[in-house]
Amino acid sequence: METALLNISYLVAAIGFIAGLKMLGSPRTARRGNLIAAFGMLLAILGTIFIYPKTAHIEVPGFVYTLIFIAIVIGTAIGWGIAVKVEMTKMPELVSFFNGMGGATAALIGLMEFSHNVGHTSKMSMIVAGLVIGSISFAGSMIAWGKLSGKMRKPVRLPNYNIINTLVALIIIGFAIYIVVSQVSNPVYIYTLFGLALIYGILFVLPIGGADMPVVISLLNSFTGLAAAFGGFLYDNMAMLTGGILVGSAGTILTVAMTKAMNRSLSAVIFGAFGEGSAAAGSSKKIQGNIKEASPSDAAILLNYANKVIIVPGYGLAVAQAQHVLHELEELLAKKGIDLKYAIHPVAGRMPGHMNVLLAEANVDYDKLVDMDDINNEFANTDVVLVVGANDVVNPAAHNDPSSPIYGMPILNVEDAKNIIVNKRSMKPGYAGIENELFYNPKTSMLFGDAKAALTKVVQELKNM
Amino acid sequence: MSEILNFFQQNIQMIYIVILMVFAGVEIIGHVPAVLHTPLMSGANAIHGVVIIGAILVMLHMDPENTLGLAIGFVAVVLGTLNVVGGFVVTDRMLDMFKTKK
Repeated sequence: METALLNISYLVAAIGFIAGLKMLGSPRTARRGNLIAAFGMLLAILGTIFIYPKTAHIEVPGFVYTLIFIAIVIGTAIGWGIAVKVEMTKMPELVSFFNGMGGATAALIGLMEFSHNVGHTSKMSMIVAGLVIGSISFAGSMIAWGKLSGKMRKPVRLPNYNIINTLVALIIIGFAIYIVVSQVSNPVYIYTLFGLALIYGILFVLPIGGADMPVVISLLNSFTGLAAAFGGFLYDNMAMLTGGILVGSAGTILTVAMTKAMNRSLSAVIFGAFGEGSAAAGSSKKIQGNIKEASPSDAAILLNYANKVIIVPGYGLAVAQAQHVLHELEELLAKKGIDLKYAIHPVAGRMPGHMNVLLAEANVDYDKLVDMDDINNEFANTDVVLVVGANDVVNPAAHNDPSSPIYGMPILNVEDAKNIIVNKRSMKPGYAGIENELFYNPKTSMLFGDAKAALTKVVQELKNM
Repeated sequence: MSEILNFFQQNIQMIYIVILMVFAGVEIIGHVPAVLHTPLMSGANAIHGVVIIGAILVMLHMDPENTLGLAIGFVAVVLGTLNVVGGFVVTDRMLDMFKTKK
């Protein structure tokens, strides 16, 4: 009876994970999907705490229960607190942080289960695999978190880092196999493996540049899923197995989808450095021409007499927290009867879909956000394009300079428009470190300054017109 | 060799689940618009928090005399809860902003 109840709770949890993840894939059902997955999780946790001890016929002392409850309360308070307060611009590093926590949990489970399972080869393989992957995911996520939150700006590359990383990986695999096969019982071995895996996690993410971090987080996300699945094998637990494998597989596909949207390959992200080759290419090709500077009132006049305007938002907008001013500008132009849309590049922001979240936060109507493929034909009959804090995603070099590292990347065809206003803080190149000839285009006017300050001035000018 | 065959024999149902789930995951994510990648990643991130069940199981089985074990287990449950609760709450917050205003 109790066993049946427990299994049903795990079954419902598994269905919740699958259905929830499926519903997350469509804007209309996404929120409900998330709640369904959360409900499944709650059921599985409650079942484990209250029903499992009866089915396993174990006497759990009261104070152990108390410890579990205190731990859950603390985790809930911290997790909830961070999740509610965090700014939407900080979303990528937050996902990375939470992912690291899951990885750490998997690693700690391995540490604790080691001594109970010495001599049991298949269980020990699961323990060791979960521990290694969990530790890599934890250490890697923490590095990714540090990089994205600006604590570690530059990629750190040891000389021959690819060789070193491969060596460390081989050592870990060899050592893990040794632990399983030789049935050692001294916990020092498992702690050493733990340490090695942490070091590998750090080495793995350290050389990867900030622009590629979302791909790395997505990859580590599927790693943690895999670690959870090994736990499922270890405990014969269907909820852990289903959830873990589902995330592992979905996360891998998501990673590939992201690299495609960013025109990168996974191996290039992990083994190749973006900076080195491109810096050389960028410096070799100096762009000829003059830039034309525009004042806020010039920009306002241009916008005021346009019939059709497209706004191209980039990460610079988010950094300056200018999405609310931008929305004000949009409403002002709408009142004047100007047709206005937002063109969203798949990787605008820090990760795919990030810009939509940021604009949604500023109450921008969902229908006004148009994906790249749907809007690219519209630029030709657009009077003014306003580029706010975006750079690489509007760089024509992706179309016409085969030597450029971003050559072949899908971009927004901004240069087809009649007039282009680019708001940037300075002439500094974007995340990929590449010059942008769009800025030298005769149709382009540069509106320099912090996005929020510059747009506020434009809004003021427009109001006076 | 016999160890490996044994493993397959004993876990054949779980291996079926693994294979089916791999295909389910691929199918589910296959056609998602880039717009939803961020919430999707965040949601998937919350789901792998299911690893917390392992941490709770360890605690339930832990010898009450084993203080170090209890301490590590305690930390594991805290971190696992962080992953689950933080993950679901932040995903919900993100998706709340997507609602159409009509």
